[in-house]
Amino acid sequence: MTIEVRGLTKHFGAFAALDHVSLDVPGGGLVALLGPSGSGKTTLLRILAGLERPDAGTARIDGVDLASQSARQRNVGLVFQHYALFRHLDVYENIAFALRVRRRPRAEVDARVRELLALIQLETFERRLPAQLSGGQRQRVALARALAARPRVLLLDEPFGALDAQVRAELRGWLRRLHDEIHLTTVFVTHDQDEAFEVADRVVVMNRGRVEQIGSPAEVFEQPANDFVMRFLGHVNVLDAELGDGRARIGEVTLAIGGHNGDTRGRVYIRPHDVELTRTPADGAVAAHVVRVTPLSGGLKVDLAVPAIGSRLRCDLDWKRGTALGLRDGDDVFLSLHRARVFATDHGAAS
Amino acid sequence: MGAPARGARMMETRGIAAPLAAAATDEPAWVRRIVIAVAIAFVGAFVLVPLAAVFAEAFKAGLAAYGRAITDPAALSAVKLTFLAAAIAVPLNVVFGIAASWAIARFRFPGRSILTALIDLPLAVSPVIAGMVFVLLFGKQGLIGPWLTGHGIQVIFALPGIVLATTFVTFPFVARELIPVMEAQGAEEEEAAIVLGATGWQTFLRITLPKIKWGLLFGVVLCTARAMGEFGAVSVVSGHIRGRTNTLPLHVEILYNEYEYQAAFAVASLLVVLALASLVARRIIGRRVEAT
Repeated sequence: MTIEVRGLTKHFGAFAALDHVSLDVPGGGLVALLGPSGSGKTTLLRILAGLERPDAGTARIDGVDLASQSARQRNVGLVFQHYALFRHLDVYENIAFALRVRRRPRAEVDARVRELLALIQLETFERRLPAQLSGGQRQRVALARALAARPRVLLLDEPFGALDAQVRAELRGWLRRLHDEIHLTTVFVTHDQDEAFEVADRVVVMNRGRVEQIGSPAEVFEQPANDFVMRFLGHVNVLDAELGDGRARIGEVTLAIGGHNGDTRGRVYIRPHDVELTRTPADGAVAAHVVRVTPLSGGLKVDLAVPAIGSRLRCDLDWKRGTALGLRDGDDVFLSLHRARVFATDHGAAS
Repeated sequence: MGAPARGARMMETRGIAAPLAAAATDEPAWVRRIVIAVAIAFVGAFVLVPLAAVFAEAFKAGLAAYGRAITDPAALSAVKLTFLAAAIAVPLNVVFGIAASWAIARFRFPGRSILTALIDLPLAVSPVIAGMVFVLLFGKQGLIGPWLTGHGIQVIFALPGIVLATTFVTFPFVARELIPVMEAQGAEEEEAAIVLGATGWQTFLRITLPKIKWGLLFGVVLCTARAMGEFGAVSVVSGHIRGRTNTLPLHVEILYNEYEYQAAFAVASLLVVLALASLVARRIIGRRVEAT
């Protein structure tokens, strides 16, 4: 089942929740809508589910225009951010709901519910009410409930948003494995980059109701289409620069930049892991002063003062490199900058 | 090294917090005693004594007289009419209350705040005025009264008028109970039901109704109690025709005006029993409403 969205637009009063959004989800694909709050991700999901009507544009599932079908007829599985489980029904009846309203025979309902209870590993919890479950268990019940009537597509709104970090990590892996088993076309909304990258095949980066970039996790991370994507996906050093002749001048430092020919003032973006530190002066390196070294889970974060640039920079080192350098607060080091990026369309001032 | 020090600091904080909390809530014993005594004396003087007086007066001439008073044909007819009026008015207000609270809690529409305010109108307006409005509309000199009379329909001094007046004075009760319940619960579960393939009616029966049932029942109890006890509005439209258009409260008044004190209090004791039953029902249901 493919999803095809063309020029979808939705206003709430003067606020443009969606502004000509187009995207494709291939059959069996798992796509993440990634963006900050207010970027239109949830609105897009609600339009696909039939809970909102677009002002303009079309959405099709397998070529069928959704405008011709009510929410009820679409047979779309939707998992709400706060699950929206029926609080007065137990786990069994929550999962059975979609089949009960379709008046399916009792034996068929029972077989399907048991199959899903096994899938979410909550067989012994069928008589519990939602209030008697943990967050992660409710999440899985919501998913089973959405899957019960064998929906054509599955939509998940911030599926792990309300859970604590450890449960979230577990469920991510579980969702990915589940998708690999049942190959259901899936769209999920998240504001968490790690979550999008870990679970999805393709990532749609959204901002202010517009699609900024669509690509695989590696593509959007390695080749961000613009400064918004660059900033949103992880930390970045942003430096004011003079641009021209394929070069950027930042204070006393000159860097080669690929194929930019535009205005003379602009911004240069460098990821913290593209800042290289050495103890001895290397070719083209400039002096820097270590302000603070912070150990993080993946390595060291080093805050640097760089007089030649007239600015502070963040540098990320892996553990091995960090240990080899033996950095301490107040040390003097040398740094060189790699993979500096400049974007033709720069929202810069807006942030 | 750090952990014990932190533990000690927490102990200190707790040591300071405890006396502060005690000082804030513990009034001197004599203040407590006076406040409690005032409350009990007030309830005794204004509730228990009159309540006891009703039953004392009702049974003054013995059980037999009590039985005669409440099995008198006029009294029985008043009981029947009271229950009939409530049996029509309460379901009407259940339908209206669900519709109004659904509209107010779920939708944003022009006139929403006006509708919310108007629901309270019967509580603000004197019931006598409400009754007079219906006389103005449906009476012999009224706006649509003559047309109705021409078609053989009598509203004023008949059952329809009593039902109309009862419905009017009791319509806030169900809606007012349900609006906060529906607002607190939000629409997400209904949305989930629709996406899962339920029709509007299935969604209402399977999701909305179970969620609001205790609030609804609470509203129904309040509504019923008021419907059976209503005096002012019904008095204006009923015409006090003994055995035909007298409800229980009106019958009590007539007996009282005819100096039949014992009979008046005997019939009044029926109303008191109904009120006490609704009080017990409210206690029980109110706890369930809070739990949902």
